[in-house]
Amino acid sequence: MSDAAAHVMDHPTSTGIDSKKVAIWTLIGSECLLFASLISTYLVYKGKSLVGPLPHAESQCMLHGKMQHCEPIFEIPLVTFGTAVLLFSSFFVVLALYGAQKGNRKMLVGWLSMTVLCGLFFIGMQVYEFSHFYHKGLGYGTNLFGSTFYTLTGFHGSHVTVGVIWLSTLLYRAARGKVPPEKALNLEIAALYWHFVDVVWIVIFPVVYLMR
Amino acid sequence: MDSHSQAHAEHAHPTPGLYLKIALILFVLTAFEVLAFEAGRGGLGAGLRPIFEPITVVLLVVLSAAKFALVAMFYMHLKQDPKLLANLFVFPILLAATIIATLIILFQYWRVVGAK
Repeated sequence: MSDAAAHVMDHPTSTGIDSKKVAIWTLIGSECLLFASLISTYLVYKGKSLVGPLPHAESQCMLHGKMQHCEPIFEIPLVTFGTAVLLFSSFFVVLALYGAQKGNRKMLVGWLSMTVLCGLFFIGMQVYEFSHFYHKGLGYGTNLFGSTFYTLTGFHGSHVTVGVIWLSTLLYRAARGKVPPEKALNLEIAALYWHFVDVVWIVIFPVVYLMR
Repeated sequence: MDSHSQAHAEHAHPTPGLYLKIALILFVLTAFEVLAFEAGRGGLGAGLRPIFEPITVVLLVVLSAAKFALVAMFYMHLKQDPKLLANLFVFPILLAATIIATLIILFQYWRVVGAK
């Protein structure tokens, strides 16, 4: 850790590492397996939908009660922008952590606010995308693509939402001066979870949106 | 340097300057991912499609693995933090990669066998 204050632990441990940090890494490890199962399911059923809409190809799909010609459903520029925003949010949260460890409250609150805003933007993008797809005829049970896509990206979106709520509570406390350097570990743990959400999207983005 | 400050230096987190460099690299790698996708589907000219189409998946896997490693090493501080934490992350990652590869191979196998 960059600041001696950040080494302050609630109680001594046999490993010398704070138990909360070991716990969050254990949670992240188990979450890796959850997302591995969801990504596997998406890949196993990829290209096996019998009707549209499809991610990258034109198709016949049921829309407004009759079979129609459907365009490919993905909007790559929007999702690419959302991906960049999520990547930059990881950068913002490490700057917030740096501020917390150095006791720089202005830096902590400013960068943490930016992180929360980026998270909210990403959730908004996903809500827009889901509603847009639904209006284009892709429901949860429309085809195998719809079921696996909504399950995988929906699970990720719910993790982003949890991360935004967690970081917002820390932002509220930081703004009231309740995240001093010796409590920076609490932000580091939330930041680890946020980075995990980011790395999961780093895998989902090419697998779901870019691989044809 | 005494033992405490030596241990402190080993575990020192990166500076904002390095964080910014990592962010820019991540942004550039994402741009490369989209360019590889566009080149593979002929969006950057029909001439590039035969070159990029067969290697798009490999390129995307390599680029996303690089991004994943950069975030884990520098933003999640696995490069500086104790090895135990890295092991807690790397072992499930290897297990996850094995699960994904096994399921894909298994389903492809049964698809081929089922088609015969």
